[in-house]
Amino acid sequence: MTKLTSLTIKEALDGLKKKEFTATELTEAHIKASEAAQHLNCYITETYDHARAQAKESDARYAKGEAKLLDGVPIAMKDLYCTEGIRTTAGSKILENFKPPYESTVSGNMFSDGAIMLGKANLDEFAMGSSNTTSAYGNVINPWQRKGDNKPLVPGGSSGGSAAAVAARIAMGATGTDTGGSIRQPAAFCGITGIKPTYGRCSRFGIIAFASSLDQAGPFARTVEDCALLLQSMAGYDPKDSTSVNRPVPEYFKSIGQSVKGLKVGVPKEYRVDGANPEITKLWDKGVDMMKAAGAEIVDVSLPHTKYALQTYYVIAPAECSSNLARYDGVRFGLRIDGKDLNDTYEATREAGFGKEVKRRILIGTYVLSAGYYDAYYNKARRVRKLIWQDFINAYEKCDVLLTPTAPTPAFAIGENEQDPVTMYLNDIFTVPASMAGMPGISLPVGLSADGLPLGLQLLGRPFDEETVFKAAGALEKAADFTHLPQSLQAKAA
Amino acid sequence: MVIGLEVHAQILTKSKLFSGASASFGAAPNTQVSPIDAGFPGMLPVINKLCIEKAVRTGLGLNAKINLYSVFERKNYFYPDLPQGYQISQYQHPIVGEGEIEIDLPDGSTKIIGIERLHVEQDAGKSLHDQHPSKSYVDLNRSGNPLMEIVSKPHMNSAEEAAAYVTKLRAIVRYLDTCDGNMDEGSMRCDVNVSVRKPGDKLGTRCEIKNVNSVRFVQQAIEYEARRQIEVIEGGGTIKQETRLFDTKNGTTRAMRSKEDAHDYRYFPDPDLLPLKLEQSFVDDIKKTLPELPDAKKKRFIDMGLSSYDASVLVAEKERAAFYEKVANNNDAKMAANWVTTELAGALNKAGKSLDESPVSAEQLSGLLKLIADDTISGKIAKDVFAAMFASGKDAAAIVEEKGLKQVTDTGAIEKIVDEVLAENPDKIAEYKSGKDKLFGFFVGQTLKKSGGKANPAIVNDLLKKKLSA
Repeated sequence: MTKLTSLTIKEALDGLKKKEFTATELTEAHIKASEAAQHLNCYITETYDHARAQAKESDARYAKGEAKLLDGVPIAMKDLYCTEGIRTTAGSKILENFKPPYESTVSGNMFSDGAIMLGKANLDEFAMGSSNTTSAYGNVINPWQRKGDNKPLVPGGSSGGSAAAVAARIAMGATGTDTGGSIRQPAAFCGITGIKPTYGRCSRFGIIAFASSLDQAGPFARTVEDCALLLQSMAGYDPKDSTSVNRPVPEYFKSIGQSVKGLKVGVPKEYRVDGANPEITKLWDKGVDMMKAAGAEIVDVSLPHTKYALQTYYVIAPAECSSNLARYDGVRFGLRIDGKDLNDTYEATREAGFGKEVKRRILIGTYVLSAGYYDAYYNKARRVRKLIWQDFINAYEKCDVLLTPTAPTPAFAIGENEQDPVTMYLNDIFTVPASMAGMPGISLPVGLSADGLPLGLQLLGRPFDEETVFKAAGALEKAADFTHLPQSLQAKAA
Repeated sequence: MVIGLEVHAQILTKSKLFSGASASFGAAPNTQVSPIDAGFPGMLPVINKLCIEKAVRTGLGLNAKINLYSVFERKNYFYPDLPQGYQISQYQHPIVGEGEIEIDLPDGSTKIIGIERLHVEQDAGKSLHDQHPSKSYVDLNRSGNPLMEIVSKPHMNSAEEAAAYVTKLRAIVRYLDTCDGNMDEGSMRCDVNVSVRKPGDKLGTRCEIKNVNSVRFVQQAIEYEARRQIEVIEGGGTIKQETRLFDTKNGTTRAMRSKEDAHDYRYFPDPDLLPLKLEQSFVDDIKKTLPELPDAKKKRFIDMGLSSYDASVLVAEKERAAFYEKVANNNDAKMAANWVTTELAGALNKAGKSLDESPVSAEQLSGLLKLIADDTISGKIAKDVFAAMFASGKDAAAIVEEKGLKQVTDTGAIEKIVDEVLAENPDKIAEYKSGKDKLFGFFVGQTLKKSGGKANPAIVNDLLKKKLSA
């Protein structure tokens, strides 16, 4: 491991400003690290030449003293973000050769701020999955391993490539999207930090849709402060997305380091599920103690409809996905398998282009929206969703943030939890409620499991109050002082 | 016969409903398509505010309830000219609710037709089946164009009523400037629902005839379809609920798909668009800018002294009404109406020209009428002047001057001519005086003729009466 790849974004920006190294050197170090970590399969498409060109421009800006917020910082871009002229697959075979003629607003924002793109990060197909095993481009391998066991583990999902790249020190930060936990859960599995901001905080324009009312962009990094820097660049109103919200973007990094004295941290009793992993429960208690020690006030709260969140999610998200994915018909772009007539072409194209999980969700979604089942499923789910949202609003009358575990288990081995989809879906049990309610949430590593895997806790906040979330996360990060490295990096460091 | 119509009217805007691409007609295939209209990954719709404004404007013009809360939903189905795999439309919460319009029937009577709703939706692209022997082409220029779907209540009972309804609706949207109403360019299309029943029976099963694109075809399609249904029932059969196509070549309808094959559209609120919430002030501001609509204008014209028939003819087209009002300005309303609906319309018709191609402008025609009113020329001479104006495009006054057609109102000069005529016809005077009253006309005619048609007929009458009774 070279020194440059172990820097935080903040440190790198300071170093670049002080001319200790150039953006080109920083980028080359990460390209070299990426090449050495190819077996992790973090990228679907590597864009090293593109990165080198961007680094050159960045160096020119530093030379002229015109550096921007993220100038020279090499990042991984989840391959769900459309990047102009650069292949964008959504992890699906159906978009194997798709080069968008447009740039997503969020990636565009980051490039305007000088960020450098190393590659398009692997993900679950169309962001549908919790283990990155549904990608048509092979699963990503988590850089962490269990103590004394070299079984490859999943990085979580759907933003698995992004999380693994940041954890493996081959990118300083990454973009993800979170629909039901797709940023927070892989952040927890890979021992890094990831935030899903409030729904509407980042533009969805140019991000390939899975479930439009839930999808939200957010960053991964190795520190809370780095996440704040990235989010500041990503966030903002976009007239091209009718669901993005027109309110100013604060300087999030200023919240970090602020005292949490008197901050009310809610602990929702419904998250103490029967048969919970005791290690997770222990970590949660530890987190509560840390916040208390930092001066926060702990409040018991109730989110009574939590138990319906997952079921509701698996009605709403597939319903929207079944409609969002109708456009992949082989007519205008992407894969096309010619059949004997139009319907045959549709069937052959979608049969060959979509993987098993995507097909399953399209089927579920089509079913819950169909005549005769609509009220029992889709309409009921929408009503329950409102109740879940109300739970949070009620809770935030008693507290400022909520503290919960991010995932019910540490990272599991590739192939585990594949026996039935419900076991896999249960991975999102703690992350889905905040997604359904559109609330912001951050996951950060707080400890290790007995077999040496990172465990994360989640802090949820009020709508558009990312600042308080960052403040609380900064305090928890400081208290947890998580400095562990994935085994592969430890070996190299030694 | 029970008829209800769904009219799709393209909203008159420069750009599409959810993208910035141009919505104009007639461009080369697939040249007016943004990635949003082509359903590309990651693309999102953004509502064109002007479309909403025009939909509200139309709703107000239909005397309908404006819903301050409306929702765009997705209507899901697969077809190559539907790039997203769904059409963004309004379903449970349309922007405009119930209203009504008055239609004018050929016999001069009127009838109120209820409007069920008006909602806003995007158009699909166009499949072209005649470009290649075995393949179909898709033109997405129309994809995403803004449409208003105006649904009537089943209040029409004859093909004439349906035709009158479409005609009236078209006039209203044109007055409002919310749709150009060009049916041949597809900016107004009708789906016609027809059922038949015996008087007093409950409603029969209906068939829907899709995409009928002229008033004449609407009438033909209804006549054929009603006859077909009656024949089926009288032959002991039953009507199946189905969607039918109108064949413009032979004026018949044929089955397209039955109810069993009907799509399950799986409507649900489009998560890319928030519910549309309007302020009452937004609606009120639009209300303030509404023009006078055909019915109000017709009533005003009748109050001005026009016949109901003339008033209907004049208001049927916004441009014709405007033309007429310019002609009638400071002129006799009735005379102006006659000139516009008879002389001008006849000349235009003969020349194969439309009103906006008229060689005689409204101001020029008004000028002609003023010359009649102030006795510069007689009504008879005016017709000749008009013919010259139509041929040359010159002003009436110039032609009158040029050709020396100015009416003689100088009593002395006319008296001279009268005296001449009387002197030339002593025998006729004798006959007249012996009781042949009809000869009075002869003297008038002779006098006018001698004056070259320029003598003021009223003065001629007066003088002759005086002299013949002396």
